[in-house]
Amino acid sequence: MKARFVRVAETGRKTFDITIDGIVAQAAEGDTLMVALLTAQDTLRDSEFGDGRRAGFCVMGACQDCWVWTADGERVRACTTPAVPGMSIVTRVALATEGVWPRIGT
Amino acid sequence: MAAHRDVTQLKVIVIGAGPAGVRAAQALVEAGLRPVVIDEGRRDGGQIYRRQPEGFSRSYETLYGTEAQRAASLHGDFDALRARIDYRPDTLVWNIGTKAVHVVTGTRYDELPFDALIVCSGATDRLMPVPGWHHAGAYSLGGAQVALKSQGCAVGARVVMMGTGPLLYLVAAQYAKAGATVSAVLDTSTFAQRVRALPQLLAIPSTLRKGIALMSVLRRAGVPVHRGVTPIAIDGSAEHGVTGVRAKLANGSMLDVACDAVALGYHLRSETQLADLAGCEFRFDHATQTWLPHIDADGRSSVAGVYLAGDGARVRGADAAERAGRLAALAALRDAGIERGDVVTLRAELARYTRFAAGLRAAFPWPARFAAALPDETIVCRCEAITAGELRRVVREMGAQEANRAKAFSRVGMGRCQGRFCAHAGAEVIAAEARVPLESVGRLRGQAPVKPLPMALRATHQTACVKEDAQTHAQEFSE
Repeated sequence: MKARFVRVAETGRKTFDITIDGIVAQAAEGDTLMVALLTAQDTLRDSEFGDGRRAGFCVMGACQDCWVWTADGERVRACTTPAVPGMSIVTRVALATEGVWPRIGT
Repeated sequence: MAAHRDVTQLKVIVIGAGPAGVRAAQALVEAGLRPVVIDEGRRDGGQIYRRQPEGFSRSYETLYGTEAQRAASLHGDFDALRARIDYRPDTLVWNIGTKAVHVVTGTRYDELPFDALIVCSGATDRLMPVPGWHHAGAYSLGGAQVALKSQGCAVGARVVMMGTGPLLYLVAAQYAKAGATVSAVLDTSTFAQRVRALPQLLAIPSTLRKGIALMSVLRRAGVPVHRGVTPIAIDGSAEHGVTGVRAKLANGSMLDVACDAVALGYHLRSETQLADLAGCEFRFDHATQTWLPHIDADGRSSVAGVYLAGDGARVRGADAAERAGRLAALAALRDAGIERGDVVTLRAELARYTRFAAGLRAAFPWPARFAAALPDETIVCRCEAITAGELRRVVREMGAQEANRAKAFSRVGMGRCQGRFCAHAGAEVIAAEARVPLESVGRLRGQAPVKPLPMALRATHQTACVKEDAQTHAQEFSE
């Protein structure tokens, strides 16, 4: 899948594997989870309100539009969480089994 | 506050480790105190002087440009303070009670008492919705800057910067210098507005010069810059996000720019939730058309022992924030019976930045008129995908002419961002639909927790009784 973020500096860092929706991707040391996800693909979560995929917005922990799940069902905010080797991330509501944000009125 | 016999026993908490927070902490340490410094960031510097992760290699010059020396000075001074303060990075203040703040670090909950509290909560981008701003690949300008500064990434392969404010040109120039592709800069304000603001902008000539220099960076990089534009839409798909931006140019023609990312922002807005939770009085500020906590010249709020400094109190920029932080700390010390430092000079310097900030507002005005013109199907609340039409409906059919009432009916402002990115525009939509002045719409009340809390919280032993309460809040908000 096409990446959204483009690395323009600090490109010589060591890389490691993470898993995104079951597919192995490369992250670099010092990456936030958001960067690791968006240098591998163009979105990182589903809107719970049916308006499509999202890819974060404020990148500074204010908007809360980049929460993703770990495979264990834990929620993490991608822009403030460091990527670490072996992380397994779920970005699609259909694949998440636990910790799903509720939709009001359903 | 009563005079303390032993000043070193005075418990002062500083929230935020940006320019204001660091200078406040420094003034307190100079007076012999050991303040608690709480910061949401992993490293100090705030957003403007955000430090890149350990192991990254870009120079201060590359990262901060003309502000390299200021950044280095702030970071160096903070490093020197580290052993003399109780520094708590990665820590969220999620509520403020009477003389105590409630914090969470990871999953650990704590309640920290204070005699004096200095809130330096910073600012985020002020946003005006545009059709399609919910598409993946739309970012705030500040967010686009953080991605570059802190992570060495551009938010897209072809980025359009749209909105207005000093950050619009700064981020565009930083992207161009870093070798990222800026497809266009679309400024909603005009050159004439800039010229009219010149007398006030001359209050700080050096900053004005730096701003003008950004324009030549963009010119040299061949970035098209359009002023006086009206944003029409961000085009894109639900699955893959942004594909382009449409805007009406000043001459009435339509511009359609292909891109895969857009950075949006209309100058900055103060993060005032914590001041609200601390019980500070707010007043409508006609200059910014926002509600702001009332402060005196030194940053004293209406609540004894609570001080507000930096962009979180008034958007005046980083240089002003350094001075306001120090002034607030000196005020806290003076209120505890300790006279220290030259406040007269600091106040005079801050007054110049206040004039300059007024100039920036005039040069890059908040385009309130766009709110009334938003098509009904435009999403206003990105958190819960609530449209301008729905907000107008509750105003029209349910008589909700006040912000909190409209929020209760429409849920605009009730989502996870707590109204940070929709409240200003939402209030404009309500005012336009109800045909009332913006001031009468009021402001959204701050709610704890100010940000989502982790589900499993561990309390320290002395705060076990509060733990249950915190978890209830967390569940209400998160589950």
